[in-house]
Amino acid sequence: MSETKNILFSGVGGQGILLASEVTADALIEAGYDVKKSEVHGMAQRGGAVEAHLRYGERVYSPLIEPGSAHVQVSFELLEALRYLPYLNKDSKVIVNTQKIFPLSVATGIMSYPEGILDKLKDLGVSVYPVDAFQLAKELGEVRVVNMILVGMLSRFLPVKQEIFFDIIKDRVKRQFQDVNMEAFKRGQELVNL
Amino acid sequence: MKKNFLSGNEAIARGAYEAGLKVASAYPGTPSTEILEALTTYEGVYSEWAPNEKVALEVAIGASFAGVRAMASMKHVGLNVAADPLFTAAYTGVVGGLVIITADDPEMHSSQNAQDNRNYALASKIPMLEPSDAEECRRFTRLAFDLSEKFDTPVLVRTTTRVSHVKGIVYEEEPVKRESPSEIQKMPEKFVMLPVNARRRRVVLEERLKKIREFAEGFEENRIFWSDKKIGIITAGISYLHVRDALPEASVLKLGMVYPLPERLIRDFASQVERLYIVEELDPFLELQIKAMGIECTGKEIIPAYGELDAYKIRSAITGEKRSFFESVEIPPRPPAMCPGCPHRGVFYSLSKLKVFVSGDIGCYTLGALKPLSAMDTCVCMGASVSNAHGIEKALGDKARGRVVAVIGDSTFIHSGITPLIDIVYNKGTSTIIILDNRTTAMTGHQENPVTGKTAMGEDTLEIDLAELCRAIGVKRVTVVNPHDIDEVKRVLKEELSVDEPSVIISKAPCALLPEERRRKKPLYRVVYEKCTGCRVCLGLGCPAISWKSISEEEAKARGREKQKGVSIISEVLCAGCGECEIVCKYDAIVEVKE
Repeated sequence: MSETKNILFSGVGGQGILLASEVTADALIEAGYDVKKSEVHGMAQRGGAVEAHLRYGERVYSPLIEPGSAHVQVSFELLEALRYLPYLNKDSKVIVNTQKIFPLSVATGIMSYPEGILDKLKDLGVSVYPVDAFQLAKELGEVRVVNMILVGMLSRFLPVKQEIFFDIIKDRVKRQFQDVNMEAFKRGQELVNL
Repeated sequence: MKKNFLSGNEAIARGAYEAGLKVASAYPGTPSTEILEALTTYEGVYSEWAPNEKVALEVAIGASFAGVRAMASMKHVGLNVAADPLFTAAYTGVVGGLVIITADDPEMHSSQNAQDNRNYALASKIPMLEPSDAEECRRFTRLAFDLSEKFDTPVLVRTTTRVSHVKGIVYEEEPVKRESPSEIQKMPEKFVMLPVNARRRRVVLEERLKKIREFAEGFEENRIFWSDKKIGIITAGISYLHVRDALPEASVLKLGMVYPLPERLIRDFASQVERLYIVEELDPFLELQIKAMGIECTGKEIIPAYGELDAYKIRSAITGEKRSFFESVEIPPRPPAMCPGCPHRGVFYSLSKLKVFVSGDIGCYTLGALKPLSAMDTCVCMGASVSNAHGIEKALGDKARGRVVAVIGDSTFIHSGITPLIDIVYNKGTSTIIILDNRTTAMTGHQENPVTGKTAMGEDTLEIDLAELCRAIGVKRVTVVNPHDIDEVKRVLKEELSVDEPSVIISKAPCALLPEERRRKKPLYRVVYEKCTGCRVCLGLGCPAISWKSISEEEAKARGREKQKGVSIISEVLCAGCGECEIVCKYDAIVEVKE
């Protein structure tokens, strides 16, 4: 329990990143860890790029992940998986929702959306876990569970039992959405083979 | 003890509540906003949004004079606005504990400058505590009230973005019970800062500082973590946490109180370590004071003087360690943008079509400066749009006539736009002022303000009528427009720019993100593929719902427009139904979606 572990969340404002990082933090605290979570409010909410740093361990000091030391990155959007490369290293696990959300410059045809993002990540040597979480969420009948699919995937790298996550979900999610959120979490778990 | 996972801001509110806080006043500003929002959830605390930070602090001072514990919270630049009462409150001292929270933003995540407000403690001679994490936010805030009463002084608590917005584990303690005073005691020698009294209080102030300095020597939140003595580090606030990760083997003197400093403690620590470093974000605030004690140390020679620090920056500065990381790749940026359906868009689009100089202000609408609208030419501070416009007009005389427009939000206008408008009327200016009234304080996350008809605590209240207010000041030409009606906005703008007297245009439509506005059923719009000529005019609105799709040469030929490169498409998921694109399309290619 000695080393502090680092999880980087990235995505676009409005994607439910803060809730995902919140559920993860709650679960880690419940499992007995010290946790710090850093995010920035304000300008980032207007459709801009959003990042959250979550660190856990026996005693966490700095709330910020050092460059080159993210153990896991969870990117809620494809392009955003590339924005924080300096935080990664060869041993990093990168969970990527392959959903594309065009930045304004791309939407208006001034710039183009980069190709081959997953290959680029793989070329660096990091382990990539892609998922079309939006499509999967649609199949589950609730597009708002994208974040829970991703948390389910992330949970495979965390020392936290599934029941703890389910307790947190029951605590935070309205009754009628609890089952679909837990289902989404399980589907996410199944996608990651260690 | 019960544990909660709270942000620094929420923890400050908790700490203040535990200390028996009675009156809290604030003006929203990142990264301080959530403090007052959290306070509204505690029973027994009166919380309010003030029109600006100066008022907020004066309200808190009044409450303190009346004998209750009071607090004002604000972002760093807010303390500039509140600086006037701050400096004199140091003279009067307090009756009930008075705590002022200043939340600094070293990286300028959401600010126009990165001033270091520790300097205010030194300049105003008010003690300042600086917590490192959320639990310390709670504990230090609670402690600040005790110190305030113990030493008869306001106490500043300074946070930075990564303290305010970082969540951590926070413990709960029982709130203290305090008797409410039944009346205010008259104490003119303390409350009335006539020169004769102020001169006496000036002496008291100096004696008080001496006492606090002595107290700081034994203050339990100024603490030493002994380890290897080759490297000693003096630090405070967020930098302390980075230091512990950067150099776990170093000895550290962590200052919980950054003003005044405990000289003997510092001297003693310095004498026991081989090399002394001062690690702090922004200014060499501790460093200059420690150097003035004649103590040899290294600080800003190697520690960056701007931006946020992290463990790596500190370690590489002190040990010379250099590591290589994956390089960043060039990818399309994703800056924040005005939302689909944003009422500001119509105004900035209209302004971008007129050849005018736009004097801007602080709020969501500052995004109007970005492409493709590019319709804001200044942004200095709250309220400056109005006074800047007047200055430009006075500088250029006739040449500026009809060429300068000031743009300011509803909450910003109430904060600091009224007095410069009075200046314009009084000094015979002719500027045109647009008040963007979107019925909320949007930028900081939808706080109520004097034009919304609701208080911070959710009660109904009188709604200030901006048009009547402007007329009362003496502005004869006040027009209210619907910003989504772009043709009307342009017409009114041209007319008001042409007149030789001050005029105010109130652009009135609710923020698209307000819950009631989100629920309202609105028409959606779509592009008629056959009619779109690919002229790109609608893209000039910079609406995230409108995008460009390239078409092939064959497709262009088949459309009978060989030179056409693409078409616009509207996302039905993102469209908020404002209809501005329908108005700007000259080819009737954008139409309402009929169910």
